[in-house]
Amino acid sequence: MTLYSRRRGKNAVVLGLSVAATAIGLGWLALILGALIWEAFLGLSLQVFTEMTPPPGSAGGLLNPIVGSLIMTGLAVVIGTPLGMLAGTYMAEYGRHSRLTHVVRFINDILLSAPSIVIGLFIYEIFVYQVGHFSGWSGALALAVIVIPVVVRTTEDMLLLVPDTLREASASIGMPRAHMISHVCYRAASAGLITGVLLAVARISGETAPLLFTALNNQFFSFNLNAPMASLPVVIFQFALSPYKEWQALAWVGALIITFAVLALSIAARALGSKEPL
Amino acid sequence: MTMAENTATTFTTPVVTNRAVQSDSPLEEKVSVRTLNFYYGDNRALKNVSVPLYAGLVTAFIGPSGCGKSTLLRVLNRIYDLYPHQRAEGEVLLDNQNILNPALDLNLLRARVGMVFQKPTPFPMSIYENIAFGIRLYERLSKADLDARVESSLRRAALWDEVKDKLGANGLSLSGGQQQRLCIARTIAVKPEVILLDEPCSALDPIATAKIEELIDELKSDYTIAIVTHNMQQAARVSDYTAFMFLGELVEFGPTTKMFTSPSERRTQDYITGRFG
Repeated sequence: MTLYSRRRGKNAVVLGLSVAATAIGLGWLALILGALIWEAFLGLSLQVFTEMTPPPGSAGGLLNPIVGSLIMTGLAVVIGTPLGMLAGTYMAEYGRHSRLTHVVRFINDILLSAPSIVIGLFIYEIFVYQVGHFSGWSGALALAVIVIPVVVRTTEDMLLLVPDTLREASASIGMPRAHMISHVCYRAASAGLITGVLLAVARISGETAPLLFTALNNQFFSFNLNAPMASLPVVIFQFALSPYKEWQALAWVGALIITFAVLALSIAARALGSKEPL
Repeated sequence: MTMAENTATTFTTPVVTNRAVQSDSPLEEKVSVRTLNFYYGDNRALKNVSVPLYAGLVTAFIGPSGCGKSTLLRVLNRIYDLYPHQRAEGEVLLDNQNILNPALDLNLLRARVGMVFQKPTPFPMSIYENIAFGIRLYERLSKADLDARVESSLRRAALWDEVKDKLGANGLSLSGGQQQRLCIARTIAVKPEVILLDEPCSALDPIATAKIEELIDELKSDYTIAIVTHNMQQAARVSDYTAFMFLGELVEFGPTTKMFTSPSERRTQDYITGRFG
């Protein structure tokens, strides 16, 4: 009986610690979200979505950084997704047992955890410095470099989850490999593949460091990818550090917009991922 | 003779099909396996196996787990080629052409030698597409012809009546037995010459199993069929010839009636009477 009660006591202690750890973790998250909503709520208005970033001391909105972020994020996904998916497909389907795959997987894992400021500097060195000026293109490129390893990883993982029996079944009716991959394997893994892209978007939409060296910022509305381009994270960075009340308020609003956009993407990824487990 | 009678009474179901034994016409070897050896890495899974598949007949492969029957089947359409470190040595002739030839076009081979697996494997697409996809790989058919082929394949697989109103539904939404019949329909839709069935009923209930067995009986008029099964009654019911394998070797091959009534090998006798395996 003492053995049993001691076991119960141990259980109570560990359970208490686990609950406390969970509460602390979630508590901070709630505090962050709470502070964000509290601070940003007053500044939130239609103006935010219709007007440009203001000069110091006057009112304005966040239209140009919102549009800039959408453009660069979109371009980064368009550039990075095909590259990542093709590499992941090679690793899971063609070169599953080859040496190259092991090397690529290792390097990809390093890239996956590389500090994003390093990626920004890299693009600055090979692109911005050569061209001679900051630009939207270079920003999109830097973000694409972040997208690639995320998509490579999820593509490989998701394709490896497709059972080999499905590949055998495809082969056994004389289906060429390319058809097998594009019509059977991709389809079987589609939910996971889309989730991977959404997670990549969520990852880059909050990145500031790689954009500081590449797209820089722009006070004005611009579709010109050859010129500096505004983005939400960089504007938040600049405005939050400024001494001006209006700028600080806009920084809070910008942070709120990013947070909820990423939250929505994560929820979408979750919903897609759980709907069709395969 | 007493022993043979004894063996025969083990089976309540009478052996039904025996055209091969009754007919006088010489049997045509559609597939001839000759001194086949197969290796998983260093592990030798088949040892000098030689066995024919006669055209238009059903050949059953029986034997305890790990005896190499599935491995043998996987050589016949070279599905093992999907994996590294698996290799076959010897000769497997399909219409007198050696299919182990490395230069052979595997897709064309597999279009001629179809395979149905233990677990149903519908493609993640509609019921209609599951069938039509394979057909489109090798033939250009008009919409009407394609529809007709899909329907006739599903009819032959005894599935048409159950799915005709929901051809657009996902193949994965069907029950296990229906999925397996869908896979059979998909296999016959591409008009192969040989059909390999690797324990096609092991995941199915008795009703679905009965349907598949009827189907096999019906299909053999047009195809050469090889079936691997753990169910001895099933082998007795559906096959004309039976091969008994043990530890990677072919122990005995002969007409099913003879195999199940008076096998010449002691090991065959022991296995089919349930003394081991």
